[in-house]
Amino acid sequence: MHPAPSIIAFTTLSGLGFGLFFWLGIGMPGSTGMVAFVFFAIAFALAGGGLIASAFHLGHPERGLLAFTQWRSSWLSREAVLAVATLAVMGLYAIGRIFLGTTWVPLGWLGAALAQGTVLATAMIYAQMKTVPRWRSILTPALFLSLSLGGGALLAGQVTWALILLVVAGALQLAWWWQGDRAFAASCTTMASATGLGAAGQIRAFEPPHTGPNYLLREMVHVIGRKHARKLRIMAFGMGYVLPVVLLLIPFSHVMGALAVISHVAGILAARWLFFAEAEHVVGLYYGKR
Amino acid sequence: MTSLPTHTQRKLGLVIDLDTCVGCHACVVSCKGWNTENYGAPLSDQDPYGAEPSGTFLNRVHSYEVQPTDGAAQLVHFPKSCLHCDNAPCVTVCPTGASYKRQEDGIVLVNEDACIGCGLCAWACPYGAREMDMAAKVMKKCTLCVDRIYNENLPEVDRVPACVRTCPSNARHFGDLADPGSAVSQLVAARGGMDLMPEQGTAPVNKYLPPRIKDRLDQSDQIDILAPFLAPVTDQPKGFLGWLDKALDRL
Ligand code: SF4
Ligand code: SF4
Ligand code: SF4
Repeated sequence: MHPAPSIIAFTTLSGLGFGLFFWLGIGMPGSTGMVAFVFFAIAFALAGGGLIASAFHLGHPERGLLAFTQWRSSWLSREAVLAVATLAVMGLYAIGRIFLGTTWVPLGWLGAALAQGTVLATAMIYAQMKTVPRWRSILTPALFLSLSLGGGALLAGQVTWALILLVVAGALQLAWWWQGDRAFAASCTTMASATGLGAAGQIRAFEPPHTGPNYLLREMVHVIGRKHARKLRIMAFGMGYVLPVVLLLIPFSHVMGALAVISHVAGILAARWLFFAEAEHVVGLYYGKR
Repeated sequence: MTSLPTHTQRKLGLVIDLDTCVGCHACVVSCKGWNTENYGAPLSDQDPYGAEPSGTFLNRVHSYEVQPTDGAAQLVHFPKSCLHCDNAPCVTVCPTGASYKRQEDGIVLVNEDACIGCGLCAWACPYGAREMDMAAKVMKKCTLCVDRIYNENLPEVDRVPACVRTCPSNARHFGDLADPGSAVSQLVAARGGMDLMPEQGTAPVNKYLPPRIKDRLDQSDQIDILAPFLAPVTDQPKGFLGWLDKALDRL
């Protein structure tokens, strides 16, 4: 799949933002006043900024309101509804914590649940795609949720939780890669099933339907860049998981904390780039490509 | 509403004959011609006369080489447009309700006025039957020529999809696949019509008829009664010819 920068930025940043909302919602940290203001500002910037980045991906953002209507069937619509509900609930909750010095606990828990519901919906958009075997796994939502919670804990200064959750997320990342590398073969979709010509013999794509590029090839059959996948995986894993954990294990200082956050975000951006670039859509089979 | 109907009264669709398709791309051209000036936004081209021409098409023809374990390879031309799936994954992913499947005849359509151009439906389709138009920024797909098949302004003979009407080798057939008595259903039954990617669970309405084995020159039996007389007379020439053969060998 084509790794569109807007979607990579959106899923990474909003995942972090909604993760931070979760910890703020359950009162970890339970600061009020100016300190709370800074925390909520970061969360709103990440989550809201991510949503704006995703709007750039649309052909007709001016019709965006329609995307709130199909929550019964569509994960993308559910994501939109949940995201806006989270921002609204957390906005109200933030007013209490910043300006009134009070913590509306039930509202906070509701916001925390909505925040993780949003991340789940984002993950399900990918996990539901039968056409992209690498994505279609229970591990996809597990990875997204653990990353959001782990990254959120990192931003919220919850060192112990961040350590636990980043180790869990790292393990899920490895499992997801391991499973993803076998998923296409396991899906049983081949050129033979795509064309129905398998019984007649060995199939080879002889001539494509068009001599130039087209939307399908640009969007779904992204083969450039996979060459460096191995190196990028090592970089993403080192920066996204290993280095932050090491930095958190040495005695805490704000500089180390900031370094851990920067390293984590850079690593996850790289992992998210691979999430798209390495994903093979079955339509490539019609072109004799993967 | 992007939930799928539980049942459609009819299942209008195409039956595509891989045995007779000659790969002329006439259906590609007639589809583009009809649909660029009818239903919805035109089918735009980008850089049409330049080095990297690209454009929106609702129907495309692939070609495959099939090599049996023994014998000659066979070339199969393979037209592909939306299969109007019963269990269409492209419909349920749509966040706006722009994509829908019609209860009355099963045709899968896009309401372009409601499409936000997110592209998710094209990801969900395993067949590559949906293409985003780069000029209009909305999703385009085969409409089963919904503006021809019910169009009373057209002569009756033309009330079939443009691709079906155009095909010079009669490789595309249009009809109701829910009716076991229809011509298309009988064709599917007689020729072993098949689903593409059945493991994807899309339950496509369109069916493909497998190609028959072509004439096999390499395996045909010699039945020419004169053939024995044309066999090489001798491997070992004698006399003058034998001397010449040896002399030439020695040179
Ligand atoms: S062929 Fe693709 S676009 Fe057409 S109904 Fe099936 S899944 Fe949807
Ligand atoms: S591109 Fe349009 S039709 Fe397709 S899912 Fe998005 S809004 Fe729906
Ligand atoms: S039915 Fe109409 S829209 Fe569909 S492929 Fe044929 S000509 Fe194109």
